[in-house]
Amino acid sequence: MLQKIYDWVDERVDITPLWRDIADHEVPEHVNPAHNFSAFVYCFGGLTFFVTVIQILSGMFLTMYYVPDIENAWKSVYYLQTEVAHGQIVRGMHHWGASVVIVMLFLHTLRVFFQGAYKKPRELNWIVGVLIFFIMLGLGLTGYLLPWDNKAYFATVVTLEIAEGIPIVGEMTKTLLAGNPEIVGAQTLTRFFAIHVFFLPAALFALMAVHFILIRKQGISGPM
Amino acid sequence: MSEKKQQVSRRQFLNYTLTGVGGFMAAGMLAPMVRFAIDPVLQPASTGDYQAVAQLEDITNEPQRFDWTIDQIDAWYESEVTKSAWVYKDDNDEIIALSPVCKHLGCFVSWAGSDEHPDQFYCPCHDGRYYKDGVNVPGTPPAAALDEFEYKTEDGTLYLGKAKPRGA
Ligand code: FES
Repeated sequence: MLQKIYDWVDERVDITPLWRDIADHEVPEHVNPAHNFSAFVYCFGGLTFFVTVIQILSGMFLTMYYVPDIENAWKSVYYLQTEVAHGQIVRGMHHWGASVVIVMLFLHTLRVFFQGAYKKPRELNWIVGVLIFFIMLGLGLTGYLLPWDNKAYFATVVTLEIAEGIPIVGEMTKTLLAGNPEIVGAQTLTRFFAIHVFFLPAALFALMAVHFILIRKQGISGPM
Repeated sequence: MSEKKQQVSRRQFLNYTLTGVGGFMAAGMLAPMVRFAIDPVLQPASTGDYQAVAQLEDITNEPQRFDWTIDQIDAWYESEVTKSAWVYKDDNDEIIALSPVCKHLGCFVSWAGSDEHPDQFYCPCHDGRYYKDGVNVPGTPPAAALDEFEYKTEDGTLYLGKAKPRGA
């Protein structure tokens, strides 16, 4: 059955070469942990991607219940966590996954750094990777506010104060983020929500696409 | 089956185990999320308590609209919601309490809502009509009679329960 559907599509759009480009390629010996266990360090990039997928999925499901509004945000989070089946698990996945992503990203960065894998011609991909790192930090930062509890609120107050510390454009940056020059409130929450679920993920997808295309183009760096 | 041993090649074996392990991981990941998403479907149906709606002495042979408010808990949002019923006594002095929800697509029907049909229920959305006993007028959009409330009377007060479709 599946084979038939595949053949039907393949006959029309010839997906086999595409499929081969994406998934069917040899894993060099020096990155295969089955061959030499220390090669497990090459897994961190993939693990980052794996956890990112979990974040995307759990985030999509969480927005089924979450409301980005100062009256209801906390209540909706409380409701989904205490009343909805498996709410605690799904929110837990998103909460802990956010930290795991940063850890994996960091380990991946360390591996690339200490192996010198960022050297020419891969500097460009290093830059893309650093941008992804910043995007991830931004996602963590904006997501932190969304439950709208005390910790979230004051963490964001601190963040905005730091942003205000930027010379010259500081005050403007703060207002731009908070949506109001004085209040950290209704508009801050909706802005952070929009940034967290639309703007940053869009940027993340674009950068990840570039990151992966570059890996395929340039290949995995050789053994040390 | 022939006597030949079923041969599983190394490649096949790896394929099966990898697909199995991958599928298991994906399922473990998705199961809580899917259960989380479908939770509303699996909630038990509400029982529908009886609510005091009207004094019996106010009920006449002409359908009248009675409103009452309930405390509605909508997940994290609590509010007071107004419910309505069309109530009258039929020729046998039986109380009839009809739901105002149109059986076509759910608009609000009114007794004598149309000047042309003063003795019928009328739905403004698509000109649906019902006779006084709630039965839909053939040739108008609704395909069923108006739901009827379960009721009980106590100390001269009418209490309404859940609105039930006819014949249920
Ligand atoms: S909803 Fe009443 S006639 Fe269509």
